[in-house]
Amino acid sequence: MPGPLPSCSHTFTAVFSFSSSISQTNQSMALRILLALVVLVGVDGSPTGTMAPEMGSAYMPTDSNCIPEMANETYQIPFQGSEGDAEDAMATGDLNPNHYPAQRAAKVVQHYLNTRHGSPFRLFGLHSVENGSAENVNDTGRKYQLGLTVHEIISNTTLNCTAEVIFPDGAEQQPPVVQVSCEDLSKSNATAEEEAFYQQYKSNQSLVSAQNLPDSYGHIDPDKKPFWHLGIVASSFVMLNESNENTLYNMAQVANITQLATENEQLKFDSHILLHDMVSQEILHWKLLFTWSPAEGVEVQDMEQLRRCNH
Amino acid sequence: VNVQTEKHIHILKELETKEEWELDFWLHPVSMELPIDIHVPYSSLASVKEYLHQHDILFSVMINNLQELLDEEKAEMSENETRERGTRSFNFGAYHRLETIYSWMDTLVAQYPNLVTKQEIGRSYENRPMYVLKFSTGGNKRPAIWMDTGIHSREWVSQATGVWTANKIATDYGKDASLTSLLKTMDIYMLLLANPDGYAYTHSNDRMWRKTRSRNVGSTCRGVDPNRNWDAGFAGPGASRNPCSESYHGPSAHSEVEVKNVVNLIKSHGNFKSFISVHAYSQLLMYPYGYSYLSISGYDDVSVLLHYYFGNKHSLSSVFSDQASGGSIDWSYNLGIKYSYAFELRDTGRYGFILPANQIIPTATETWLALKHIMEYVRDHPY
Repeated sequence: MPGPLPSCSHTFTAVFSFSSSISQTNQSMALRILLALVVLVGVDGSPTGTMAPEMGSAYMPTDSNCIPEMANETYQIPFQGSEGDAEDAMATGDLNPNHYPAQRAAKVVQHYLNTRHGSPFRLFGLHSVENGSAENVNDTGRKYQLGLTVHEIISNTTLNCTAEVIFPDGAEQQPPVVQVSCEDLSKSNATAEEEAFYQQYKSNQSLVSAQNLPDSYGHIDPDKKPFWHLGIVASSFVMLNESNENTLYNMAQVANITQLATENEQLKFDSHILLHDMVSQEILHWKLLFTWSPAEGVEVQDMEQLRRCNH
Repeated sequence: VNVQTEKHIHILKELETKEEWELDFWLHPVSMELPIDIHVPYSSLASVKEYLHQHDILFSVMINNLQELLDEEKAEMSENETRERGTRSFNFGAYHRLETIYSWMDTLVAQYPNLVTKQEIGRSYENRPMYVLKFSTGGNKRPAIWMDTGIHSREWVSQATGVWTANKIATDYGKDASLTSLLKTMDIYMLLLANPDGYAYTHSNDRMWRKTRSRNVGSTCRGVDPNRNWDAGFAGPGASRNPCSESYHGPSAHSEVEVKNVVNLIKSHGNFKSFISVHAYSQLLMYPYGYSYLSISGYDDVSVLLHYYFGNKHSLSSVFSDQASGGSIDWSYNLGIKYSYAFELRDTGRYGFILPANQIIPTATETWLALKHIMEYVRDHPY
């Protein structure tokens, strides 16, 4: 087990040089960096995938010391053509439902469904893509039409859905726009469990906190599973926002989820979550402040990517 | 004792009655044609010898010290038992540290010495030995099948599947007709920990570590993506030139000693017919290049493979080529190893890299069906 985390020797000047526009917060740049530093110092150095800077090394973060933020300048988008030249990232017309363009768009639908309908006892996973097509929309973006099935994981039911995903054009990341319609969406209804869970944690007798969901061995304590699910739902907001035709996100792990005092009848949580992008293979660290109740679902109050240097 | 006359039989029968000598006749005196074996306690040895001499009965000592023999046998049996307990008690449904896997490999070799040998193919960046298990029934550089697991260290179900599969091959040999026939004419090489430094690091520091642990000049970031480091379209699309990136291709092709060790082995052997790399996650079977599958080994191979691998277990049955440049199976295919495949094991994102241990054996079992089919196909289509 590694020892206590040494403090990062970031300087404000160096950090300011990042061209980051990914944070959704309204806080000033300085405050955001301060927050990032605080979090980095406070993070547990155990094998969870949270990064520990090289012990004892003093360094000045430069581009070659920092994780690229989906940086196009250093990472070339993989060309995953398979049926000759016809298939590339700009494929138009009918898509092979098993190939990556349709699959990536379908994954976005999963994230969307989880933001809208996910809960500690309700979680959607992409099951399969049945059919898909894509077209350019004027000069504003790319539109995908999909027939897919999703799996409600906890009740183990499968639903047929049709969806439309529009990826906006532009140099900067913008969230895709999703419309989806699934048969029997209310079929998987976990009201009783949700209410019981809500009541159990609503009173502020002792605030719950959990780390490493799952742990390195894939294990989650049964009573902590709902928090893992909450982490997935909350991170779906980020994954949805950050998705484009060159990403494929899954949540890798909840490094930390800590309950805060209940606010306006909503359970409130602070969390540190690891996301995995299959395309770049990067692990992205995000801090998420969110609330949940059976009535309101998950609402994210603050989300912020934790930039990591010296990885 | 060998008797010559009827009289001798008579005399020996008398010997049987001499209770004070406590003789134990293993083969009784019956007739002149059959030998007679007598177990003589040490205390009576001199007297018995004297007796036989007196009557001109020829004898020879078969076992000088029975107890010694028994002791030896007992020791051997208990050793075998421990060894067997070693491999039998190894929990294949759990994730193990590097040291545990390495010592298990030794118990496997000890238990199946006529089939399995361990070969060091070189060392890692941090000087850990890299071991290959060779399954062979003889011959000299027979056509061989290569399989590596764990080249990306965080994909733990890959290494775990490798361990299970190595054990499966050893235990099924001699019992499974197809596997036994395969090993009559072909060898199987397995590199269970293709990235030992990375694997150790996932246990000690960072469960999400993917790359090697080599130091990069001009950067405080360490490691190269070992599956972007092969000499096949090196530094092309799908790889990064930033040392801090998870898909950093490295300063040059084969710069990583872990990759070079494999390259050297495959090239110097010269007779590999199949090259299989095992990764996680996504539940896919991948084959080289971005071309249609018609351009490699033919449609039939792949479609049958799909049928086996995706038969009924997987909801996501996709196959597409992995055009991340500098990959191992692209390199092996270019070298002429026609049957080059990469597996992506469970799952499809729910647990991702941190797959629960109780899914190891189901994963390994279903993958074995596909692996076996590939190997049988290679056996039946020599080139």
